[in-house]
Amino acid sequence: MNVLSYLIPISLILGGVGLIGFIYTVRSDQYDDPEGDARRILNDEWDDHPKP
Amino acid sequence: MTAQMRHQTAVCPGCIAAPTEAVETAPTEARLAISLPTIHCQACIAAVERGLNAVPGVHSARVNLTLKRALIEADPGMGARDLIPVCEGLGYEAHELDLAALGATATDRAGRELLVRLAVAGFASMNVMLLSISVWSGASDATRDMFHWISAAITLPAITYAAQPFFKHAWGALRAGRLNMDVPIVLALLLSLITSLWETSLSGEHAYFDAALTLTFFLLAGRYLDHRTRAAARSAAEELTALEVPRAWRLDGQGQEIEVTVTDLAVGDLIRVRPGGRMPVDGVIVEGSSELDRSLLTGETLPVLAEPGAQVSAGEVNLTGPLTLRATAVGQDTSLHRMADLVAIAESGRARYTSLADSAAKLYAPGVHILSLLAFLGWYLFTYDVRVALNIAAAVLIITCPCALGLAVPAVTTAASGRLFRSGFLVKHATALERLAEVDTVVFDKTGTLTAGTPEVVNLADLSEAQLSVALALAEGSSHPLARALTQAARAAGAEPAVLKDLTEVPGYGTEATLAGTRVRLGRAAWVGGDVKGVQTATWLDLGQGTPVAIRFVDALRPGAEEAVTRLQEAGKRVILISGDTTAAVEDLATRLGLRHWVAEALPEHKAERVAALTREGHKVLMVGDGLNDTAALAGAHVSISPASALDAARVASDIVLLGQDLSPIAEACGIAERATRRIRQNFRIATIYNIIAVPLAIAGLATPLIAALAMSSSSITVSLNALRLR
Repeated sequence: MNVLSYLIPISLILGGVGLIGFIYTVRSDQYDDPEGDARRILNDEWDDHPKP
Repeated sequence: MTAQMRHQTAVCPGCIAAPTEAVETAPTEARLAISLPTIHCQACIAAVERGLNAVPGVHSARVNLTLKRALIEADPGMGARDLIPVCEGLGYEAHELDLAALGATATDRAGRELLVRLAVAGFASMNVMLLSISVWSGASDATRDMFHWISAAITLPAITYAAQPFFKHAWGALRAGRLNMDVPIVLALLLSLITSLWETSLSGEHAYFDAALTLTFFLLAGRYLDHRTRAAARSAAEELTALEVPRAWRLDGQGQEIEVTVTDLAVGDLIRVRPGGRMPVDGVIVEGSSELDRSLLTGETLPVLAEPGAQVSAGEVNLTGPLTLRATAVGQDTSLHRMADLVAIAESGRARYTSLADSAAKLYAPGVHILSLLAFLGWYLFTYDVRVALNIAAAVLIITCPCALGLAVPAVTTAASGRLFRSGFLVKHATALERLAEVDTVVFDKTGTLTAGTPEVVNLADLSEAQLSVALALAEGSSHPLARALTQAARAAGAEPAVLKDLTEVPGYGTEATLAGTRVRLGRAAWVGGDVKGVQTATWLDLGQGTPVAIRFVDALRPGAEEAVTRLQEAGKRVILISGDTTAAVEDLATRLGLRHWVAEALPEHKAERVAALTREGHKVLMVGDGLNDTAALAGAHVSISPASALDAARVASDIVLLGQDLSPIAEACGIAERATRRIRQNFRIATIYNIIAVPLAIAGLATPLIAALAMSSSSITVSLNALRLR
């Protein structure tokens, strides 16, 4: 049963990382323009160097 | 400074709204919004952004494809008028948006908060469910206790954070001495947490941490769906308002025109109103003569002559010549705003409507409380063991908890609103769908609602070819709606304009010119010398010889008007036409559409009074109208629809806004609303059936957390799937 003392914290931490990641995406407006963001990736304008 | 600012805004536009930042940035940046209804792909985004960023003075421009909008940060002096030609040059239709009217940030924040709460509840419930499954599948003794304690450690903070909306609503209801759906929810959450903690501390077998979290998760999902549906409709409605940027041209001491916002105008200001412009204030004409279109205010289709000394009201449209006004009432004092009082009075009736969810809660909440109290008392008297009794009471509350009931309404309204949105309806009000389903009487306004507000020539065939060519040449010299309609009709009939000399427009009267030495005129009956007996809209053509000829017009029907009326009548609804226009015009339209009930020359109060009378007779009235004279009736009706072309005041007063020109979807919308309401009732029944099966188990003390979890999840999923059948 000792394995539980590793596995439970690990699963909670991994889940927590996912949750924090999701909250970050919400906070940084990544769901404001889902359609536009899906299209922007098809644009090759900034393929060679990032947008300044 | 600018680079730094730009960086910050890219991360969080909300920061700009914060007061400390605003003080700093106000002088250095102007934020502009442009609506771009025709953009649709990545190439459009790139082209518009490149074009706008290349304009000197623009700091940054970003296109939002979902909202079909561009947001621009630029030097303070820049205005949308500098940027719209750029977009149009690139081949995209562009309109200025008033950022002040786009209050989307506040609703956005509420939606975002709900989403984060939903994510927290989802994360916590998944982890706790995992631990619970180990307990259900046989973990015992110390392991079970440890799992329960870990669950408690996750559940308590998660519920404290995620379930806050329920706590707030329940507290609000209790303080007002009412019961709503949130009261049993909160009671179930608190009771289950307390008994679970108690059980855990005594190394007990049953803990309901997973049930409490799943419940919160499902209920938050319902809330979020509900919020998103309304936020989408609200932001679309705001966009309509934002498209009408309130601007006016004030004359300064030297007679120069300065562009100002309407809010800056004061009584006594001289204001220039160009042809085609809307009066920003109430006032008296001091210079110029023209004709006024008052159809949005009174429903009259005939333009009215405007000369120096005449009174004008805010909202009227100037048709032919430039006018200078002296403002007599501005802002809140204008007749446009005084109409709001009438609306406020009429609206009080609608507030009495109880939504299906509320009436279900009214039956349900006391029932659940009494049931769980009885279970507690019964078991306590039976065993004299508080722990067992409390455990069973908590099980009853959890099992009966309105998880499915909480989803029953939002899931259906989301599906139905989405479907209505595709046929061009913005459902602004939460209970509008339910009310629309009950409608048995439909009241239509005439001008601008059933008719398009654009005139159509009736007797073109009566004119000889020579008359037609002169009329066409004269009509082309004016932008008056009648002249434009005549031009269009004559061109379509294949007429060629005659060659005229000295073509001039006399604002307020018509156009005149010379044809081979004789004076020819096209315009008002009194000016040309026509016979003014007829009430029908007409313009007169004088060829300088003989009596002038009348060219008559009727108001063109809005597309789909006929179909909408027929289908509503077929559906067994009574259709009534109430208009402020003359009896002849209204009767004519009523016969054209086959309407038996009509009222003409109705004042705004009469319209509202008529709607109120129908309501008193027990009818559920749907009012469809667009004008200022309809606003009180729109607000007083059981449910109301206004077209997107309506005045802002009318759109605000109505529950549903119809985008696009076509009226025919109205009948279909009533059908969808009826089906949606049926589906809501069905969902209530499904949820009740689950309860009827599970509650006896709970009261008998046979319900385990596993049974609670199964009953809750399966009823929620069934209800959501049932709602999706509407699509």
